[in-house]
Amino acid sequence: MSELKFVYVTYIATTPEKLWQALTDGAFTRRYWFGTAVESDWTPGSRVTFRSDGEAHDTGEVLDCVPYRRLSYSWQVEFHEVFRRERPSRVTFELEPTGGAEVKLTVTHDEFEPGSKVHAAVSNGWPMILSSLKSLLETGHASTLTSPEQARGARERAIALAESNAA
Amino acid sequence: MDDVFRALADASRRELLDRLYAHNGQTLNELCARLAASGASMTRQAVSKHLAILEGANLVATVRRGREKLHYLNPVPIHDIAERWIGKYERHRLSALAELKRGLEAKK
Repeated sequence: MSELKFVYVTYIATTPEKLWQALTDGAFTRRYWFGTAVESDWTPGSRVTFRSDGEAHDTGEVLDCVPYRRLSYSWQVEFHEVFRRERPSRVTFELEPTGGAEVKLTVTHDEFEPGSKVHAAVSNGWPMILSSLKSLLETGHASTLTSPEQARGARERAIALAESNAA
Repeated sequence: MDDVFRALADASRRELLDRLYAHNGQTLNELCARLAASGASMTRQAVSKHLAILEGANLVATVRRGREKLHYLNPVPIHDIAERWIGKYERHRLSALAELKRGLEAKK
């Protein structure tokens, strides 16, 4: 119960194929994920790179990949030393057709360290990313809240928070 | 979107969302025990009914763990609403106002 974990669900009017591309194509993730290109060849064991403004700030490893159904990777946040000291957390995406026009997307983020600073830093990000993803797939427009400019501000706030907690 | 507004239009259900914000991933039993410990007067039956409505509106996501059902706060539909009406133009101004309000209230 005290385990640190997020579970987010959103229903998106799209196909599992398009949603899969939105999760695995770095050029696509940049459009709704605070300007972050999430790149990998998506083979279990392969490296995952999170790149913003051309700079790789986080890394991970593919844990599980079942195209159009399930994607899981570890995530080592590295843009600040407070986060680098923690063990990697884990993100899992599950895609389920609903039988209607929508696909149910469940995002689980867990395996945080007890007292994790990363947990606190990312807690506000996911709902914004998922709203933006839904908007992009359904209307062709991502949210302005997840633009690269917003991301720089969010990273600075996360670092300030981590440093104030570490002090 | 109607079901999100309907689910949020009830103080008891908002209270349950606050409880999940404070402690994410609770079972029905844990929620009831914490509510009772803080003197809240919600029956187990009422909590169960409210949780079902919140889950129906996708404001609560559930995960099965053995025979237990864990409840997680899912704020994504609230962000969808915010994005639809205020996200495009007003966000900077609103967050500045929200911070001013927080700052002023903290000083009281």
